[in-house]
Amino acid sequence: MQTPLELLGGMALAIATGRIRIVDLTQTLSPDFPAIALPPEMGQCQPFRIEQISAYDERGPGWYWNNFSCGEHTGTHFDAPIHWISGRDLPNNAVDSIPPQHFIAPACVIDCSAQAAADPDYLMGVADIERFEAAHGRIPEGHWVLMRTDWARRWSQARDAVAFQNFDASGQHTPGPDTEAVRFLVERRGVLGFGTESIGTDAGQGYHLRPPYPCHSLMHGAGKYGLQCLTNLDQLPPTGALVVAAPLKIENGSGSPLRVLALVEGKA
Amino acid sequence: MTMPFIKPPRKNPVLRTPQINLPPAARGRVALGLTAAAAEGRFALQVCADCGAVQYPPREACHRCLSPELPWQPQSGAGELLATTTLAHSNDLYFRERLPWRLGMVRLDAGPSVMVHLHGEVGEAPQRVRVGARLDRAGQAVLIGYPEKGTENMADDPMLREMASDPKYRKVLVTDGKSATGQAVAHAMVKAGADLVWVGHAEPWKKLPGLAELAALPQVALVPLDVTDERSVSTLAGQIGGKVDIVVNTAELHRGFGIAARRGTDVAKAEMEVNYLGLLRLAQCFGPALKGRAADGATHATAWVNLLSIYALANFPPHGTFSASKAAALSLAQCLRAEMRAAGIRVVNVFPGPIDDEWNQNLPPPKLAPAALASAIVKALKEGVEDIYPGDVAQEWLERWRHNPKVLEREIAAGGY
Amino acid sequence: MTAYIRRRGYEGVALAVPVTVPYERYSIRGAHWFLGQAVRGLLAGSGLAKEQIDGLTVSSFSLAPDTAVGVTQHLGLSPRWLDHIPTGGASGVMALRRAARAVQCGDAEVVACVAADTNHVDSFRQTLGAFSDFARDASYPYGAGGPNSMFAFITASYMRTYGAQREDFGRIAVAQRANALCNPNALFKKPLTLDEYMTARPISDPIHLFDCVMPCAGAEAFLVMAPERARDLGLPHVLLRGAIERHNAYADDPVMLRGGWRMDCADLYAQAGFAPQDIDLLQTYDDYPVIAMMQIEDLGFCDKGEGPAFVRGHDLTHAGDFPHNTSGGQLSCGQAGAAGGFLGMTETLRQLTGQAGERGVAGSRTGLVGGFGMVTYDRCLCTGAVILETSE
Repeated sequence: MQTPLELLGGMALAIATGRIRIVDLTQTLSPDFPAIALPPEMGQCQPFRIEQISAYDERGPGWYWNNFSCGEHTGTHFDAPIHWISGRDLPNNAVDSIPPQHFIAPACVIDCSAQAAADPDYLMGVADIERFEAAHGRIPEGHWVLMRTDWARRWSQARDAVAFQNFDASGQHTPGPDTEAVRFLVERRGVLGFGTESIGTDAGQGYHLRPPYPCHSLMHGAGKYGLQCLTNLDQLPPTGALVVAAPLKIENGSGSPLRVLALVEGKA
Repeated sequence: MTMPFIKPPRKNPVLRTPQINLPPAARGRVALGLTAAAAEGRFALQVCADCGAVQYPPREACHRCLSPELPWQPQSGAGELLATTTLAHSNDLYFRERLPWRLGMVRLDAGPSVMVHLHGEVGEAPQRVRVGARLDRAGQAVLIGYPEKGTENMADDPMLREMASDPKYRKVLVTDGKSATGQAVAHAMVKAGADLVWVGHAEPWKKLPGLAELAALPQVALVPLDVTDERSVSTLAGQIGGKVDIVVNTAELHRGFGIAARRGTDVAKAEMEVNYLGLLRLAQCFGPALKGRAADGATHATAWVNLLSIYALANFPPHGTFSASKAAALSLAQCLRAEMRAAGIRVVNVFPGPIDDEWNQNLPPPKLAPAALASAIVKALKEGVEDIYPGDVAQEWLERWRHNPKVLEREIAAGGY
Repeated sequence: MTAYIRRRGYEGVALAVPVTVPYERYSIRGAHWFLGQAVRGLLAGSGLAKEQIDGLTVSSFSLAPDTAVGVTQHLGLSPRWLDHIPTGGASGVMALRRAARAVQCGDAEVVACVAADTNHVDSFRQTLGAFSDFARDASYPYGAGGPNSMFAFITASYMRTYGAQREDFGRIAVAQRANALCNPNALFKKPLTLDEYMTARPISDPIHLFDCVMPCAGAEAFLVMAPERARDLGLPHVLLRGAIERHNAYADDPVMLRGGWRMDCADLYAQAGFAPQDIDLLQTYDDYPVIAMMQIEDLGFCDKGEGPAFVRGHDLTHAGDFPHNTSGGQLSCGQAGAAGGFLGMTETLRQLTGQAGERGVAGSRTGLVGGFGMVTYDRCLCTGAVILETSE
């Protein structure tokens, strides 16, 4: 039986030799990356903006660096329970108080890509979860559940902000979970949190579900977390990937952009 | 009969781009009163409050009775042309490059004799003419002798074209075509004969009505432009900046909050980011090419238009943070005007009252229709005017502000707007 | 109207020692160099020591930031009477009037009146840029880069009002060129025909090339003293018989068709006790031929509007029946800045003391010198004239 340090050493060696492969689940932060847009009457989450301080020039001859600004929920980002009114009073509900061991956790990846391709408003239901468990086993407690839709490719490959946001006169149309699926994952499986490839963990039309925005409302209300704007979920196995998702330690923060990495099986 | 201005041929890219030389720019302090009036499209002279004598050139004491009370009064400019001459030689670089150039000596009915630039439709002396004032390429007032009755194309007189920024055959950038005002401006530029109107738009996923219709016009090209994103601005400038003759900055974020009505600074910051820093980014990225092309042929780069607000002069508390952002933009626009001066690029500041759009929905009329605002902007460009206050509210606020800004501040605070 | 003080005449004033520092088209030297050479010439020509010059007037456009004051230290002079006379083409007449009063009152015994200007390649532009408030505000913006268009308006108005033709102005220029060929200091050495005058390139119509003076560097100077002093020094000299000056005359005239000489012309002749027919030579200030023609009228030699006929009917060369600008004038000598306002004075002094060589007008005893200067935006403001008579 290996000691914990020997376990870690083995893992480091496996990463170095490629036996464990790192998959980057993060979209690049850039000013073009579509930002969440609320109705004009609401306060807005700032898009990512970056301006040079200097670039080996008269402003700083030997160095290149930038100032950037964004909201806590810009780009690939983490949602903490304090983000939603239903989670406002829970203990350890902000990014700086969440127990750090929650930032490294295994993930189950539920493939809804075919359905989402056919219907941008696709709602993942309990049936989809049952179908997943029939093939891959019961979703363990404390796991991330990630909804693969390949929606990320609208940006990562097509660079099409309009298609990624997918607005029309009735609002945004992106896939997400329905209320029963969320309730099931929270109450019956005790998951760590829910992750999506689109701009919200809830579907674009989630405002019209009951309760509105059920994933935010029920997950955060139960002290669970969210991950959004993930990419490369198609490179993950249905089970077994170990996800590293550690948000910035912002005082009483509701979330932050972060680097989400998945450790999966590499070459032999 | 003035020959209509025809579209110039394409530029030969092998030849060096001519640079701008300015006409003589020095004026004494009192003479700048002429410039201040011409900047708003008026011809004014000092008229002695004590004896009524009209003064020219501008001066510190009445030439007849020595009174120091010499308020500026608008002039009709009616007068008699006494003599004409055509410059065939000049030591001044600006005029040397534009010979032959016609001048006249006019005796105004009001009294003084004045030297004028002569419009081509004015014949030989003696004859009746009408004198007006315009800003020349140096941004200073000069007097123009117009025919009493002009013909259809009189604005195309080469001397007059030098004193204005006609959009005809020019390439225009309208920085935000999403708003009703931006679209109206783009349509107006097309109607004024612009060769090409680039229409900027940010956040392409937010579809606002009218943009598709605008984009369908053959002269219009939609271009991505987010004035809050330095890279967006510099990328577009890199692509088209070298061809832009007129920039019309219509990008604006307008919310209806003062101080107490909305907690937090994020809305005010967003207004500043677009209305003030957006202007700074645009000016930094598009300014240099504009200046470099200030003498680039008959449709050279010529003007920069800023959509400000009459609230830039006096804060409108219900839209208090918006007003402050417009005041910041005004100050920066004055800086821009000073920096553009050496290049002879006209900076036009537009101070409308409330526009008839969604952000002024709760304000009672009169409100300015976007089409009327656009029309006023085109007119200002064609007439070489520098500061315009379109609409009844703007005109009234301006009058009250000039009369006594403190009184206006109090009246606004008491709800008298 | 009662005069509280009866204006004194100009008796007891003599002019002597005409000095010209040769003109150069361009010079790298400063105005002080030309001033210094002029004063040196006055000393050499009079035999006086520097300390004996106790009065000084200085006229120059290229002296800044110095004025007459700085010149005293620069040249090592300690006058007890000093005047700075920055009035260009009128400075000769105005310097003489002021120096005359100083000598008459005994405030100075020997006054040196000096005008000098250098001319660098960019002098003309620099001078014009700061010429006058009204020129800056109401004339330069219109592009002539100088007074040419303004005088074009004056010439055109004059032609239209009085029926003058370009040929009439040409006659003045051509005659002056003929005179200049006998003046070793004149910069123009080739004859000028009327045809060449007429076909020369336009500058600002109706002003063409030979209507314009050529700026250059140089100096002109003379001494003013009591006639007794001049006799004691053995200096050929002339006497001042009358002098007038006027500023901003006829201000309500829409365009200049007459000059201030007209206002005071009768007074000038009354001072001298002469009539126009008693004048043997006329030196007008010739910045443009139209102004020379106006002086012929406004100084009484013919009626207003008769200038063209007068010029057609007379021979204006030094050998003719109406010797005019016998040196060649500025149009053919060159305009050495403010020294142009002294050109007529030194020429008359030479003519009346028999020092004019080939161009001497035999038997001439009286000369009238006009002054005109300081263009603003639509006219020149200073006019003046003096009558000189030989002392024999």
